Parts: sequence; structure tokens; C-alpha cells
Amino acid sequence: MTTHFFGDTAVLTGRTMRHVTRSLDTIITTAITPIAIMLLFVYVFGGAIDTGSVSYVNYMLPGILLITIASGISYTAFRLFTDMQGGIFERFQSMPIARSGVLWAHVLTSLVANVISLVVVVGVALLLGFRSGAGVLAWLAVAGILVLFTLALTWIAVIPGLTAKSVDGASAFSYPLIFLPFISSAFVPTDTMPGPVRAFAENQPVTSIVNAIRDLFTRQPVGTDIWTALAWCVGILVVAYVFATISYRRRIS
Amino acid sequence: MLTAMNIRPTTNQVNGPAIHVQGLEKSYKELRVLRGVDLDVARGSIFALLGSNGAGKTTVVKILSTLLKADAGTARVNGFDVVTQAARVRESISLTGQFAAVDEILTGRENLVLVARLRHLDDPGAIADDLLTRFSLTEAGSRRVATYSGGMRRRLDIAMSLIGNPPVIFLDEPTTGLDPEARIEVWQAVKALAQGGTTVLLTTQYLDEAEQLADRIAILHQGRIIVDGTLAELKQLLPAAKVEYVEKQPSLEDVFFAVVGDAAGDGHRGDAETGSQDRMTRSSRK
Repeated sequence: MTTHFFGDTAVLTGRTMRHVTRSLDTIITTAITPIAIMLLFVYVFGGAIDTGSVSYVNYMLPGILLITIASGISYTAFRLFTDMQGGIFERFQSMPIARSGVLWAHVLTSLVANVISLVVVVGVALLLGFRSGAGVLAWLAVAGILVLFTLALTWIAVIPGLTAKSVDGASAFSYPLIFLPFISSAFVPTDTMPGPVRAFAENQPVTSIVNAIRDLFTRQPVGTDIWTALAWCVGILVVAYVFATISYRRRIS
Repeated sequence: MLTAMNIRPTTNQVNGPAIHVQGLEKSYKELRVLRGVDLDVARGSIFALLGSNGAGKTTVVKILSTLLKADAGTARVNGFDVVTQAARVRESISLTGQFAAVDEILTGRENLVLVARLRHLDDPGAIADDLLTRFSLTEAGSRRVATYSGGMRRRLDIAMSLIGNPPVIFLDEPTTGLDPEARIEVWQAVKALAQGGTTVLLTTQYLDEAEQLADRIAILHQGRIIVDGTLAELKQLLPAAKVEYVEKQPSLEDVFFAVVGDAAGDGHRGDAETGSQDRMTRSSRK
């Protein structure tokens, strides 16, 4: 890292942030899918799902937040891909700047854009009757988990952003990630699922993350779920970061 | 429209040629793109690297601008080795790639400010305004680049390359895809650059562009430089046997096909009317 790493990254982040603020439709599109799913589940399916004493909107919001992030990071891949296609990436690489700053700028922008989308989605959830008695610490813990999850997924998004051959390829990877919460405890308790599906649902990352956030929101003891959730987030983050860095080195060598 | 520029390159002047390339080789898997390229570019000159599509021009530029590593050979830019002193090379150059390297979502002015900030210069706003004036983009400066014409984008692109006064500028096919008027605008910009003392290496597939701009021309064909000289020297390569028909000088185009045809052995000479069309975009004949 050079002495200019932070300065250069800040300048480049300012640039990509303008891309976000000047195409607010990307934030709206990011938020609209999870909001639509939320409306569908709260007003159509939710009544038939037994979530015990927890109101359905309170029950499903954590899963909706993860879907928001999964759909948000496809724009990260898209923005990175667009940079690679135009000449601007090569211009930056041929300049005397901290080269990895280009990538970090996209990552930080992804984080900020997703936080904005999450705030919008939580706002809509409040209108639909979401309530939480969680204290400041619990909210901070929720924010921490979501930030970590966003970073993990963002580094996944960097890989297709750097390596995709087409725009479609750059953003298509996010579909399975958006779908993952449906086979978890996000929308229905896992007890009613048949054996193998239930085994998958209970052991994939989304379930532990959703359970941890839900417990924090409903002021329940979080138990081991939060550690499993953190382990998944950090694990995905590290693996994705390594592969993204390899792809990046390959592109700039 | 473009006033002469009073730019004196400042960054770490080193004696010797601005660009020195020896025995450069590069393969993409089985494809041998460069098979031993040698060239020298004198300081303050405009050097044109001429060749068909796929001749390896862009590969040379990418190696010289530290974006790509050669398989063999050495290259020095502004006295610095492109591999071992890549950071110094990047301080000495600007690259204007084949596709206008501008940010479409930002305005023209913001693009210039961005580059000035990344080059850690004082007062990026003033630098941007100055360049907007110089390249007749002042009115368009506050508009998003997405609304610009091809010629305006290229002018902005070149303006971005001037920030920080790098002593060496690479222009990879600066006028490809531009209409004739825009081409002339770009030519004027390039000429003004060289007047300011900047070394320019440009690649082109347009023969008249090389003829118009370059102090020296090298023809890159099948991975090697097959001819390297001034326009006058290149013209002498044609046999004098045509003397009785001479009412006009042979154009560089004639020289190109004569030389390339000989080297390739696939008969571009004589009635090359059909065979050559697909290989080169030709300037007007007669």
C-alpha cells in the first residue's frame, strides 16, 4: 500500500458514490423487490403461517433485509463491470495511484448504497407494523451483522464484476443469493419442511443470520446462533476476498 | 480553436530517448502477437505506430503503460523500466486508450477534477477550468459526459491525459470512430501537445493520420517493426522505376502496401484493389 492509499480511495469512492446518487433508481430497484416480497408475505401468505407469538412482519423482516443486500450487490458487480469495459479502469491503472483503491472504492460504495436501501426497507416495514423493543446495543449488533453480510456479499460480487464477459453475466450471480432466504427460517419455521430440505435450511448461512437478527429484534437471548452467523459472514468474506483479489491480480498483471 | 499549450513536461526528466523498446515479445496462449519489437522515440516527437487491426499496436501500448507484462525484451519509458520501475513510469505517462476513458455519469469538469485529485495536484478546480477552456469544452463542462459527441469525448479524454503534464503520452487509436471534423480537432490537439514538448506515441490504422501528425513512423506487421523512419525516408523505399508516371508523390499508403506486401508475400502490390480493402482502412485514393 502506498502513502496515498486512503486519499486515493476516498477520491475514487466519491466518484462511485456519485454514480449511486445520480442513478437513485438503482436504490429504488434494489429496495423494490424486497418490499414487494414483504407485501406479498405479510398480506397474502403470512396469515396462514404460524409464527407463534411473534407478529408475521416482525418474524420475516430479517430475511427481507438479507434479500435487500443480495439484490443490492448485483449493482456493485454491474458498476465494476462497466468500469472494466470502458477505458476508465485502464486509465486508473496506468496512473500513479494506489491501484487497489479502485476496488476498495467500489466496495465502500456498495456498503453505503446497501445501507441506504436497508434504511428504506426498514422504513416501509415500520409502516406495515414492524415494531421492535430492541435497545441501542441490539440495534448496533443488528447493524454490525448486516454490514458484515454486505461486505461478504460485496466481495462475492467483485468476482463476476471483474471476470464477467457480459452485463447479464455480471449481475445474474445474485439470483441464487436472493433465492437462498426462501429455503431457510426467514419466512416459515423450518419444522414443517421435509427431512433433506430441513437439513439444508437449518445449516445454511441465512438461517443462523436470520435467527440471530430476529432474536435481537425480539429481545430474546441470541444463543449460539449469533456466533454461527458471524462465523459464516467472516468465512464467506475471507474466501470471497481471496478469490476477488486473485481475479483482480489477474486483470492488472 | 485550440490555442498552443505552454506545457513544459516536468516530471523527472532523464536523458536518452523518451521511449526505448528492445526485443519485446508477447504471446496470448498460442498466438504470438509481438515477435521482437524494437523502437526508439525521441523526446518531444510524435511517433506513429502504424498497423492493421490485430497487428499488436495496442499490446505495445499496454506494455509501455504498465498494464501488461511482456514475455521477453525490455522497455524503458522516460528512462524507467516498465517492470522494475512501474510506479515511476506511471508518474511519467498518460494513457488515452482505444475507448474514451471518461466517466459518463460525471460531468466533463468532474472528470478533470477527478484526475487532478488522483494526481495529487493543488487546486484541481482551476486546472479543470483551464483545460475546459483550452479544449473548447467550457460550455459543456457542467453537462454529463453521456451527452457528449464522440469528438467532445475524445477531446475531454485527451485533456484528462494532460493533467499533471506527463512527459510521455500514449494515444491508442485516438481518432477511430470519429467523424472527419472531430478527427481534425483531435489532430490539432495532438500537434499542440508536441509543440509543448510532450512526447507522443500514437497508434493508428489510418495512413493519412500518420502522414499528417508524425515525425517518425513505424509499421508494425506480424509482430515486428518492418519499417521505421521519417515520412521522407519511407517514401524512398518505393522503387524509382515509377518515375515516368510521377505526377504525384507516392503516398504513404503506397509505401505501406508495398512494404507490407513484400513482407507478407501475399501480393498487395499491383492491382491490390480487392485484397487490401479488408486489412486496412484506406485513405482516399487520388
